[in-house]
Parts: sequence; C-alpha cells; structure tokens
Amino acid sequence: MKYAGLVIAGLLRHRSRTLLTFASVVAAFVLFGLLNGVRTVFNEGPDTSGQDRLIVTSRLSIIQPLPYSQLARIAALEGVTQVAHANWFGGVYQDRKNFFPNLAVSPEAWLDTHPEILLSPEEREAFLATRTAALVGEDLVARFGWKVGDKLPLAGTIFPNNSGSNTWTFDIVGVMRSGAEQRARAAGEMLFRYDYFDEGRLQGQGTVGWYVVQVEDPARSGEIAQAIDALFRNSDAETKTQSEKEFNLAFAKQFGDIGLIVAAIMAAVFFTVLLVTGNTMAQGVRERTGDIAILKTLGFSGGTVCALIVAEAMLLLVAGGAAGLALAELVLPAVSNALRGQLPPLEVGAGTWLTGLGLMLALALLVGLPPALGALRLKIVDALARA
Amino acid sequence: MGVLRQAGALAWTGLSTLHRRLGSSLVIVVGIAGVVGVLVSLLAMRDGFQATLAATGRVDEAIVLRGGANSELSSRLTREEATLIAEAPGVLGGPDGRPLASAEVVVVVNLPKKATGTDSNVELRGVGPRALALRGQVRVVAGRPFAAGRRELLVGRGAVAQFSGLALGSRVSLAGEPWEVVGVFASGDAHESEVWADAESVQSAYRRDAFQSVRVKLTDARAFDTFKAALAADPRLKVDVERTRDYYATQSQRLRRLIEVLATTVAIIMAIGATFGALNTMYAAVATRAREIAILRALGFTAGAVVLAVMIEAVALAVLGGLLGAAIAWLVFDNYTVSTLGANFSQVVFAFRVTPGLILDALRWALAIGVLGGLLPALHAARAPLTSALRGR
Repeated sequence: MKYAGLVIAGLLRHRSRTLLTFASVVAAFVLFGLLNGVRTVFNEGPDTSGQDRLIVTSRLSIIQPLPYSQLARIAALEGVTQVAHANWFGGVYQDRKNFFPNLAVSPEAWLDTHPEILLSPEEREAFLATRTAALVGEDLVARFGWKVGDKLPLAGTIFPNNSGSNTWTFDIVGVMRSGAEQRARAAGEMLFRYDYFDEGRLQGQGTVGWYVVQVEDPARSGEIAQAIDALFRNSDAETKTQSEKEFNLAFAKQFGDIGLIVAAIMAAVFFTVLLVTGNTMAQGVRERTGDIAILKTLGFSGGTVCALIVAEAMLLLVAGGAAGLALAELVLPAVSNALRGQLPPLEVGAGTWLTGLGLMLALALLVGLPPALGALRLKIVDALARA
Repeated sequence: MGVLRQAGALAWTGLSTLHRRLGSSLVIVVGIAGVVGVLVSLLAMRDGFQATLAATGRVDEAIVLRGGANSELSSRLTREEATLIAEAPGVLGGPDGRPLASAEVVVVVNLPKKATGTDSNVELRGVGPRALALRGQVRVVAGRPFAAGRRELLVGRGAVAQFSGLALGSRVSLAGEPWEVVGVFASGDAHESEVWADAESVQSAYRRDAFQSVRVKLTDARAFDTFKAALAADPRLKVDVERTRDYYATQSQRLRRLIEVLATTVAIIMAIGATFGALNTMYAAVATRAREIAILRALGFTAGAVVLAVMIEAVALAVLGGLLGAAIAWLVFDNYTVSTLGANFSQVVFAFRVTPGLILDALRWALAIGVLGGLLPALHAARAPLTSALRGR
C-alpha cells in the first residue's frame, strides 16, 4: 500500500488518456450489467425460490388442459404436502399492449404453496371470502394505478363468459408484494379465483392448466415427479412433471438461446475494451521507460516494478468496472420501463457484481502483464541510454 | 482549394504512416466494427422475423376468429359458423366452383429442438382440403400432401430443420398416436415452422369438435369490406375479421419492439465506449505527429487543413471498422436460422436478414463515431502553440 502514490501518479501522468480509457471501461461494464440482467431473467427467472415445488403439465403440450380429477390422486401421493392449480386466462386490460399474466388459481392452496407472495391478513381473508376477488401484483399497481376496492374489467380473449359477453369483472382486494430478499413472480401478475372462472366460462369446465405440487422434502422431488407421471401413464391425460426451475428454464429456452446472443455481444465488447486499455497501458509504459529505469536504479526490484504496473491496470479496470455496474443499476429501471410488461423487471444482482469483479481482475491481468513483463526484463543501462 | 490540397497531402502522410501506429489505430477499427457488427446482427434478427411474418399475410386473404380472440389459439368456431363464413360474399370460388376457404384447427405439440434438445412448442395445424390451393406460396418440395382422414403429416421446411424427428418418412407420436411424415413443404413464411395435417384427423386425435380459424381467399383486395360487412350483418356470427397481412403484422409487433429496444440500448452504449476509444487513438496520433504538424504549419499549412486531415484519418479508420463489422455480421448471420416463441404460443422459425439498407444505417453510426472521435484531437492539433510544439513539447 505504501506504493499507492506511485500507482496513482502513473495513471495521472497522462490524465486525458486515462480518463478516456476509464470511460470506455465504464461503458463496457454498463453493458455487461444490463445484458447479464436480461440473461438472468431468461435463464433463471426472477425468483430463485420454488425448489420444493413441482409443475405438472400435460405431456402433449403446455396448452392442453388436465382434468381436475387428477388433483386428489396427486395429493394422495406420499411426500406431497399440497397441490394447487392454475389456468392461463389470457385476459386483456383495455388494450392488447397492456399485457400481463393473469391466472385463475385455487385460492388457498395457491397462497400456501407460494409463501414468497406477501399479503396482509385482511387481504388474504378477503381473497378467500369473495368469489370475484382478484389480487394484483405491486408492479401492476405501479403501472396502472389500481387500488384496493377498484373494479377491474378484463376482456377474456380465450374465454367468453356465460353472460354472453367477453368482459369479466373482478374486485381488487389486495396487492401482492415481494419480500426484501426474494422477488415474487406474482409482483407482475394478477390472480383470481378458479371457482368464479370455472362457473363463468363456456367450455372446458372441470379442467385446469397445470398443477403446482409442494413436496415435503426437496431432495425427493425427482422421485415424486416420476411417481406423478407414472400415476397417469396410458391414461387420457398423461402428465409431464418438472421442478419449477426446470420448467422456467425450458420455457425461457423457447425464446431462443439468449445466453448465446448475450455471450456473443459481450465477447465483442470485451475484446474492444481489452484492445483500448491494453493499448493505453502499453503506450504509458513505453513513454515511461526512463522513469522505470530510474526506479530500478533506486533499488526497486523487477517484481515490484512489475506489480506497480499491474496494480495500475487493476485500479483502472476495477474503478471503471464498478462505476459501470453502478451506472447500470441506475439505467436498468429505465430500460425495464421501455419494455413494460415484455420482461420481468431487470436488476443487477449480486451474481452480476461477482462475475463482473472476476472479469475486471482477469482483464486487468491481461492488459497489465505484457507491459509489466517488458518492464521486468528492461536493462537499466539500455533504457537510460535511450532516454 | 489550397486548403483541400494541403489537407489531402497531410492526410496522405497520416494514412501512409498508419502501420507505425497499428496498435492504436486498431482500437478505432475494432471498436467501431464491434458496434456495427452487433447493431447489424440484432436488427437483422428483427427484420428477418418481421419479413417472415409479413410474407405470411396477403391483402386479398382474410382470417376469421371468434369475436374478442386475439390469436388462433384463443379462438373457437363451430362447424356451422365455419360453413357460414366460407359461403359469405366476397370469397373467391375455386376451379370446382366451391369457395376457396379453409377451416383450421391449431394445436401446440411438444417436439425437441435440435439445438438445445429441450421440448419446444410446435404448431400442428389441421387444414381443410383447399388449404394448399388457397395459399399460393405453399409448394410441396418432397413427398406428397397428406391424405384426408389419415394420420399423415406434411411438415414445413423450417420445422424439419429446427426440430428432431420430422424427417420425411419418420413416425411421430402426437396425442399418443403414431403419425407418419409423408411430405415436406416450402412457403418462405411463418407456415414453414408448422406441421400440417388434415383438419378432421387432428380434430379426432385431439377430441375436438370445433375449429379455431377460417381463412378465405377474397375475389380481390377490395372485396374485404364486402366480406367483413356480410359477416358483421349475420346475427348467427360473432366474429373478428382481419386481412391476414394485418393479422401477422400485429403478431410480430411485440418481439420487434423488444429487439429494437435491446439493439438501440446496446448500440448506444457500445458507441459511447467506441467514441472514447477513438478519441484516445486520435489524440495519440496527433501527439506522435505534433512536431511534424507544427513544422508544416510553420511552412504555411493552415489550421483548417490540419483539422480536415485529422478528420479524414479518423473517418477513414471508422469506415474501415464499419465495413469490417458489417462484413462479419453478413458472413456470420445472413440467413442464420433460429426460432423463437411467436404467435399461437409456438415456435416461429426465421432467418436473419442482413440487407444493404441495414448496413448503410449502421455505417452512419460508424461515420458519426469517426467524426466525434476525430474532431477534438483535430482542433487540439490545429491549436497547439507553434513554438512549444516545434521544440517537441
């Protein structure tokens, strides 16, 4: 640490150049923060919970409904603590552009199997007591300005109702929030009751879209998933059971290989950064050949000089990278906003910071080492003669 | 005139000594190649998707869905409704005098994607006997069409390429029953991602008694209004009618917007980074030539010529980078075929399209970065006090 002054002096020797390099590093890491946020949303989904939840869908395809009668048989399996179910409603609020997921769910079981959804006891009570009740996520409240007590009309694009119209009216009884340490997917969704839905629709009564099965011991979920599928093999409604995480991953993959696209962009970006900072470092060291020779004459060992140069690169990249990620945190809400409802809210998580830090250090070594090794090999006499 | 000649001479010296500043010049070239390459690739993805869906629609073709349904998947039409729709005025008659209409069933089936091995949603479309005559763009390129009432499949070329187990002659298990692939079709549009079969066969396999959409060929583009008005006037029908061109344009909107926001955000940030890189390079370039430039100015070269010459060098490097980026994007991504989740909750296979228009657009970005990156160093070089520059600092 006693050489901190020397490292900083090295960077400040050519201020405008350092500043410009710093700025390109910042830009690269802003981009890294944004894209990694997008990648995380596609690869893992916003909530990492659900280790103990299984999703049961039709083996034929995700849109094929399952008979309600399966519920009791799944619930009777050993190791299953609770079974909830949901139907994709596909309702539209005012305009198709206002897309958000809305699901008809088994009220009590759904809330019990999704403890990450935070509700006040009164809200929960109201949802369980009112047939037309709806719960809306906090992100939707922020987007549309709804409040508890409002009537919410949705056009049922898939399900016309038995009153002869497409409009279904719900009563908002609560706002679903996510906890501090865990984001609930429900924050961007609207949930309502299956009984209201099933009585009101014109076709498909007695069927559900998918089941959510809670297991007692997550370690046994693979075995239980197989047991569920075995239960309905060769029946009219064969099932496919996956953990919630697998289900989300498989679904995200349908959009395409987002990971690959992001990796390709990042490769282009970091290759450029490598070139920009590498060039700056090499230039800086070349100009200071004389200084370095003097340092060595004064008794600085080759290793110390080497370390000084690498430290310079580290400082430049870590400071620039951290500034970039911090900036990404500021920019992400705006990008999320521009994508309203197309993607769940994006964020720079701890994972991104960690990977980012790794990248900063790796890049610093890549750009710092070549000139540092050059300085290590430098012969004092030659250098001083040239200077 | 003199200024231009001076600038030309100066720029030439600069460009012919570039090899001595290779490392730093590469920073501009590679930085801008990155921006242009990424921008062109992402927009080529948007254009490819849009073009595929746009090619699917026609102005003289209409699609009829249940009132309020926004895609085929959410729609439902009974057999009686389908007959009424096909017989409405404005529908073109086939050679046999019967209307060119096709009542269709859409089912989503699970098939593994070749690239990832994971299940993806593939559209199984049960079509009427006149579906091929109705869609002029559909050509059977291998095998034959399915026979009525049989468990036979005619699969799109894109679906064969993207999903496992659809090769001609293979057997596929759908709804728990074996189906045989008897033909492959090409259409150059979104249908190529689909698997087709006889509507009656699909209905019986999936135990459905209704259709999801009816597609009709109109006598001409203007007949749409007649057709739409006739359906609206019929009290037995509650349906939405759209030209297929408009229907497919709406379906591509969401993804288009997503890619646009992503591409622009990424390109702007990369461009900012590249501009700083370019500034760095050009500052270094004028610094190494500071003395030479000062001598030339002392000899009578004007400040304007110096500015112009530096700008020419920056812009030349920028355009080189832009062309390089566009070339890479074109080589790697033109016709690169992928699939994504599109309308009807199922996969749409499409190819990236790197068009000259896109490349020109991206070159404009390259030019802007070159001009921005060259301007400040150019002014700096032109304004450096002569006496100190001549003394070499």
